[in-house]
Amino acid sequence: MIFVENVSKSFVLHNQGAAEIPVMQGASLRVAAGECVSLVGASGAGKSTLMRMIYGNYLTASGRIMVGDLDVASAPPREIIRLRRETLGYVSQFLRVVPRVSTLDVVAEPLLSTGTARDDAMAQAEALLRRLNIPKRLWALSPTTFSGGEQQRVNIARGFAFPYPALLLDEPTASLDPTNRATVLAMIEEAKARGAALIGIFHDHAARDAVCDRQLDVTQFTPGLAA
Amino acid sequence: MTPLLQVENLAKFYGHRIGCTDVSFDLFPGEVMGIVGESGSGKSTLLNCLAGHLTPDRGAVRFDTRAEGLKDTITMSEPERRMLGRTDWAFVHQHARDGLRMNVSAGGNVGERLMAVNARHYGNIRAEAIDWLGRVEITQDRIDERPTAFSGGMQQRLQIARNLVTGPRLVFMDEPTGGLDVSVQARLLDLLRSLVREMNLSAIIVTHDLAVVRLLADRLMVMKDGHVIETGLTDQVLDDPQQAYTQLLVSSVLQV
Amino acid sequence: MSDYNFAYLDEQTKRMIRRAILKGLAIPGYQVPFASREMPMPYGWGTGGVQVSAAVLKPDDTFKVIDQGADDTTNAVSIRRFFQKTAGVAVTEATEEASVIQTRHRIPEAELRADQILVYQVPIPEPLRFLEPSEVETRKMHALEEYGLMHVKLYEDISQHGDIATAYAYPVKVEGRYVMDPSPIPKFDNPKLKMAGIQLFGAGREQRIYAIPPYTDVVSLDFEDYPFQPTKADHACDLCGAEDSYLDELIMDDAGKRMFMCSDTDYCATRRKGGHIGAQGAPHREDAA
Repeated sequence: MIFVENVSKSFVLHNQGAAEIPVMQGASLRVAAGECVSLVGASGAGKSTLMRMIYGNYLTASGRIMVGDLDVASAPPREIIRLRRETLGYVSQFLRVVPRVSTLDVVAEPLLSTGTARDDAMAQAEALLRRLNIPKRLWALSPTTFSGGEQQRVNIARGFAFPYPALLLDEPTASLDPTNRATVLAMIEEAKARGAALIGIFHDHAARDAVCDRQLDVTQFTPGLAA
Repeated sequence: MTPLLQVENLAKFYGHRIGCTDVSFDLFPGEVMGIVGESGSGKSTLLNCLAGHLTPDRGAVRFDTRAEGLKDTITMSEPERRMLGRTDWAFVHQHARDGLRMNVSAGGNVGERLMAVNARHYGNIRAEAIDWLGRVEITQDRIDERPTAFSGGMQQRLQIARNLVTGPRLVFMDEPTGGLDVSVQARLLDLLRSLVREMNLSAIIVTHDLAVVRLLADRLMVMKDGHVIETGLTDQVLDDPQQAYTQLLVSSVLQV
Repeated sequence: MSDYNFAYLDEQTKRMIRRAILKGLAIPGYQVPFASREMPMPYGWGTGGVQVSAAVLKPDDTFKVIDQGADDTTNAVSIRRFFQKTAGVAVTEATEEASVIQTRHRIPEAELRADQILVYQVPIPEPLRFLEPSEVETRKMHALEEYGLMHVKLYEDISQHGDIATAYAYPVKVEGRYVMDPSPIPKFDNPKLKMAGIQLFGAGREQRIYAIPPYTDVVSLDFEDYPFQPTKADHACDLCGAEDSYLDELIMDDAGKRMFMCSDTDYCATRRKGGHIGAQGAPHREDAA
């Protein structure tokens, strides 16, 4: 489902003397449907960078990143937008939403934009919020005022609302209590069971060991750090 | 898929000075594109060339017309272009008073585009106006008031209702949130975003506010000195800018 | 009379105005710009109408002037005397005897014939002006037939007053093409705009001439659910008893006693001569005219 082949990237900081910082070289990765692969490596090794490149958030200098049959490394913006809408989900650590939009709408949005009828989308969003223990009195409020843990759960609900065939998870269990952590791990298992390909970054080793089939150390792709 | 708007090698000069030059892009149905850059970068010149307010010196601006498909709006007849301007296109000005008739009631402002395309039933026009005022969160009891009695944010929302009532397919916006309080901006952005999705609108938004494009635009075009220097997915351009100027622009935004 | 060229204006000026009139007749309802002259009267007193009258008058014409329907008000009397003096033409107060009638704000009640010309004094010829201040833009709107704005004005009327409150200068569409301001005639007169006579409109300050040729279609703008209605006071003339003429309302005393009478003084007098008597009218006497 996800196939990364020999990709590289470097940052050029034009405003700091045009310093060129190579951050990734020769990275390759393959994730099959129903599989969950964890990216590991020291902080700064490039786990998030690789994940952002797969999502199209960072440009890729060379190599191929196939998600389904689209090469994210070379696809025009509108195809990446469609990929993100229909194929590739992303649960980040931070919530970025328009102020004033209700939590329920935030969670239902991926469903609405893929054509689910409003009533159905709302019902599914409610079910997800209930499962993740977001109190009902908060549903009509904007999540911008929520605590870190609540925002994280809203983010997860939104990320899992639509059954994406491929899903990127950046610290999905950080700042969660044991009950909710167990719920999220169950949701990851369910995604795998329906055939989704997952790539995750977990600092929570127990969680990682529970849901991931393989680990990939990105240090080997980090110029200057590779052994 | 046919692009809704196809811009090819567009250029506009003011004497020897460059307004904008070598601009090419395709905009597809449902896409929202942001154009950012500092004052004088050519972004407003470009927007006005696209919307038919300025005549470019070179290039083509092809719009996917309902009757004839892609057609160059620069070479089409003026009546045809003006017809597009009040049916398939909408233009939201930075200052609401540039886009509203200040001596006409809110209902009349919204109804004007309907009457311009030959709506001749008062009751229907008024019902439509009430519906649209509701969609931009202006209560029905304000329908007979003039925009001069409205706050800045309300005027801007009225301008949006007036523009969208004929169901346009392409909306041009020039700094739509400029000059408004931050809380009012947020409400307007939320409104624009939901309208864009509900109506499957395509939009081109000129702004210098990067937060606005991050929330509204799918794609971004960065302009400097009349040239397009960088394009891409909005979050990609903002999070991984390639050009020196874009890096400076992104790093200059104060973090809250 | 010998001190002036016939009808005051020099022949070159009259030719220029006649060209504008012919162009106006060729394009019904279209506002033709013309080089309006200074006239020996202030703007607002009918400088446009006077120039048009001067350009169409012939020595054998019979001239009539009405102001709000009356032949005997200051403005009407002055203009009538002006052409008596400068053109030496015959004058009359009787509508049917006149060959050229200059009017301010009324169309005579008696139906006009094909050999009669009605000349209107127009204050503001541009019907779109109140909503669109730019002349460049209004000209473009006429050229491209973009008349939605005209209905915005009627919409505003209904929304503010519950009905189309525009009672005079009610906009019309001429021969299915140009939207035109019929000068400040009451909308009661609008149906009469389709007539056998030639109608010429002159705006002196605004330097525009426009025209309606005989039997041209003139349609008053309206909404499907608020159709155009020519209205008048729901009363009969207190002097002549006419029920079909446009009425002026007069307050008679401090107690608020009112009287309604025909605004067209010639029409009223002719009826009274014919023996019609209204509720407060006395039988007609020759010397009272």
